Amino acid sequence: MSTAPEQTGDEVIAIRNLCTRFGNNVVHDNISLTVQPGEIFALVGGSGCGKSTLLRTILLLQLPVSGSIRVFGREVLGLNDEQALPLRHRFGVMFERGALFSALTVTENVAMVLREHTQLDPNMIAQIAALKIALTGLPADAGLKYPSELSGGMRKRAALARAIALDPELLFLDEPTAGLDPLSAAGIDDLVRSLRDALGLTIMLVTHDLDLLWRVADRVAVLGEGHILGVGTMTELSKMDHPIIKDYFYGPRGRAASEQAWKRK
Amino acid sequence: MERAARSISDEKTAQMVIGANGLSVRCTGAWIVRGIAQLEQHLTRITWPEAGDLVFDCSDLTALDTSGAWLLQRTVRELEQRGRRITIIGLRPQFVSLLQLVASCTMMPQSAPAALPNLLTRIGRQSWQVWLNMSGMLAFIGETASILLYSCLQPRRIRWRAILHNLQTAGFEALPIVGLLSLLMGLVIAYQGADQLQRFGANIFIADLVGLSMMRELSPLLTAIIVAGRSGSAYAAEIGTMKVTEEIDALRTIGVGPTELLVLPKLLALIIALPLLTVFADITGVLGGMIMARSKLDVSFDVFINRLGDAVRLSSFLTGVGKAPVFAAIIALVGCYQGFQVTGSADSVGRQTTVSVVQAIFLVILSDALFSIVFNWLNI
Repeated sequence: MSTAPEQTGDEVIAIRNLCTRFGNNVVHDNISLTVQPGEIFALVGGSGCGKSTLLRTILLLQLPVSGSIRVFGREVLGLNDEQALPLRHRFGVMFERGALFSALTVTENVAMVLREHTQLDPNMIAQIAALKIALTGLPADAGLKYPSELSGGMRKRAALARAIALDPELLFLDEPTAGLDPLSAAGIDDLVRSLRDALGLTIMLVTHDLDLLWRVADRVAVLGEGHILGVGTMTELSKMDHPIIKDYFYGPRGRAASEQAWKRK
Repeated sequence: MERAARSISDEKTAQMVIGANGLSVRCTGAWIVRGIAQLEQHLTRITWPEAGDLVFDCSDLTALDTSGAWLLQRTVRELEQRGRRITIIGLRPQFVSLLQLVASCTMMPQSAPAALPNLLTRIGRQSWQVWLNMSGMLAFIGETASILLYSCLQPRRIRWRAILHNLQTAGFEALPIVGLLSLLMGLVIAYQGADQLQRFGANIFIADLVGLSMMRELSPLLTAIIVAGRSGSAYAAEIGTMKVTEEIDALRTIGVGPTELLVLPKLLALIIALPLLTVFADITGVLGGMIMARSKLDVSFDVFINRLGDAVRLSSFLTGVGKAPVFAAIIALVGCYQGFQVTGSADSVGRQTTVSVVQAIFLVILSDALFSIVFNWLNI
């Protein structure tokens, strides 16, 4: 896949000249990015380089200093909660640590979203919730459990089930495979792909998982030093000369993952 | 035979229309989670043709998501279970793969919510819970006592810094609120008593009234209740949150006893702080009484204080202050114990915090009643 053209007008997310600061600490310095419909776009970078902050800014959980973010062609900065609601209906977010409501069971967590935002009757909501839980590959009895009774990997899947409850057009995944065993992580890889293929989702994910990047990401942006160091497919990025990108992809683990990816091809 | 769904002109809404021949079914519109509510209601009432193979024509389906696919899949499966053959035509390729994805999911069997247990079961369970709670509390007191003893034998293991910190937060920082409420309490008692005493010309006995009631009963109780609400709840919430974030487990693996680190400093600090707070409450309470005595009964400050020395014996003052350490132990132990009872979730923290305050206040008042009985026997 080639690099997408700049700002054609139909991009799902278009970020322009975004600057974010915490006190004197500059997190983003004039960042511009676009995400095309139907693509799986990954944000990578060392810890603390502002990946999650960028995600939170797009989700309107954090205000930048300046810049513009357009989601589905609409400027999101400056929207109040009420104005943002139609937009939020089209988002699904999976937080890094799940952020499941601990007072509700997994099924109730998923059903709650449906109950709040659709007119479906309770029986149908229960069935759809069960379907979403099954879609994420959770075992059948997990729906009746409380988040505190689940393992880390199961909690991730439950969080994903809640994120896709309303069949969003745009899905944000924060570290979807962190803390998972290789088998579950591979399951998440397949799940992300099949969700994109079947539902035509646009997915933006933040990850450190190089296997996930090689296997599912269409395009990857590397963040570092407050800038975007490079954007492109994994193959393109792996040929770039920037020292940080090189370190990132050609560290011991990066090499292993890229060899794996080549073998698969 | 029902011919057609209510014709809803909105393109967005999902519709299913049974054709004139009764065997071809047209699915139109957007079968997405926000558009299928009416259709789903409609499908429960629809009458299907008696027999024959059905053809679902989905060529006018404008959108399909997992919820819509599930509805389609469910409808088809229900008909198939009745021995009908269903053919779906005109489905776009990406919709086909979505339908397959949904069909491939093995769904959790719908388990009905457990029926409400009958009254006897509930009483039994409740009693068992109370019993568990009581025995757990006793075990906790025992554990704390043994660790306290152990620490006393090795005084350098006592965490003085933590004790001082707790003295600051539970004791010193509570001074303003305890003082203010106790002052108001003194004012109110004097105000209420003033009328009665004036009627008998017994103005001077205002000192007896305020002094005795504040020092013996009210200020220890008032202080204990304020501290239970202020610090007991904080202990439960702090330890409970640490339990949720596995900090307690981390302490254990590092080889530091949670009781030694978290409970003992709080317990010792509160046992020191509460009597001091009680004395402070005595002072401000009496001050309140004095202010009211002067303004309503013309009893001046020096007359009041002279009378107070005669009215309140040392033993009365000491019985009041002597109760405070016991109250302190109750508050600290209940708060910490409830904190350790937290299991896993945020609402559990809230529940145990509530329980800690209610139980602490209950036990404080109960033990106050016991003290009254004991003091009565001993003629103090």
